[in-house]
Amino acid sequence: MSIPKPTLTALAALAVGLGGLSVAMIFFVAPVDSDQGLTQKIFYVHVPIALTAYAGFGLGAWKALRLLMTREERYDLESYTGVHQGTIFGVLTLVTGAIWAKASWGVWWTWSSDQLVLFLVLFLFYCAYFMLRFSIEPGPRRERISAVYALFGVALIPVSFFAIRLANDFIHPTVFTREGPQMTGVMFAAFCVSWVAISLVAYVMYRAELAGKRTDANLRELREALAS
Amino acid sequence: MNGYLGDVAALARKDLKLELRARDTLPAMVLFVLATLVVFHFALPADAGDDASYGLLWIALVFTALLGLARAWAPEREAGALDGLVLAPSDRSAIWLGKTLATLAFLAAAELVALPAFALLFAPLDLGAVAGVALASLGICAVGSLVAAMAAAARGREVLLPLLFLPLAIPLVVGGVGASIADDPSRYLAFLGLYDAVFAILSWAAFEYVVTE
Repeated sequence: MSIPKPTLTALAALAVGLGGLSVAMIFFVAPVDSDQGLTQKIFYVHVPIALTAYAGFGLGAWKALRLLMTREERYDLESYTGVHQGTIFGVLTLVTGAIWAKASWGVWWTWSSDQLVLFLVLFLFYCAYFMLRFSIEPGPRRERISAVYALFGVALIPVSFFAIRLANDFIHPTVFTREGPQMTGVMFAAFCVSWVAISLVAYVMYRAELAGKRTDANLRELREALAS
Repeated sequence: MNGYLGDVAALARKDLKLELRARDTLPAMVLFVLATLVVFHFALPADAGDDASYGLLWIALVFTALLGLARAWAPEREAGALDGLVLAPSDRSAIWLGKTLATLAFLAAAELVALPAFALLFAPLDLGAVAGVALASLGICAVGSLVAAMAAAARGREVLLPLLFLPLAIPLVVGGVGASIADDPSRYLAFLGLYDAVFAILSWAAFEYVVTE
């Protein structure tokens, strides 16, 4: 590799800096939404977190595909860590989404929002991933079964989205419309900075978790080598 | 190709034969779906209407399928026969296809009892609803037999299988309920067909990775 990988510490510092910048932009630069007022600010946090969660699941599935193609063991931990980060940000997405829904629609949850329901289905799916993974003995079999399951999630996203759109026709009339006003340039800039910051936080967490898990696995191998 | 289909037929026939001799899955599925329908009668308020009962029919079908899927790999697991099948000189996906066809046969048999019972006890079923059940059963068995093979490799498989399967079954329930209650079920049937195609191909391709060591 020609470009050296930045160290984790440097990335973490950058993530903190960008996080601070995005908070400043959200509250002091971006204008207060004329329709929703101050509560609209959660948009700058909620949407990037949701996109990051999708990215985590996507990364997990991509690494799972690599595992199945190459059978290299390291992709297993990478896939697992990706899904894990996706789930962590998934919890945050559901929480911030519920808060936003309560503030702007008056309810904690609404089945008429496609994005919410899709996210819940996907979240349930990937929660079961952990149940599956931790009830199989570690080894190549577990790696491959986990990988196949993680890959199914990617197929489930478009199929579920389509299904939820269909379901809305008979379960719910559309009562709430998605937020009205388009973003202005400044709002979009604040959104982008926040998105980059949160993605970077996720990436730092991913790298840190991966490093920890790798160390753990190496330590276990050493211990087994010493014991035998 | 003849050899591949021959393998599939032999594997499916093996499951049907086992069931004919032991009868430990199909009677349970039939009784379960009938008992569930009776429970649903008491779970529904008197003025709930037909639409609600169609929804409950779908819940009953999904859970009946789960009951069958939980037993699907039991014969292979108990005697370690899966290792033998994996070692056999045939394509591994044939094992999945054979199991899918066998579970589909069980589910279809249970539905042959459940649908007339439902029509008799609750609400009439039209052609769209029956087509929806047929298409959804295909998807349930295709995905279900793969997921059941995953769960069979794990500890606590009886608990695990519903957790793995239900999120994947949500689109099927959407399509099935839509086909049962909509005036024009064609869109929902097309969606169910799409689901079947996507997940059958995926399961067919992925099965090898699930069973090989």
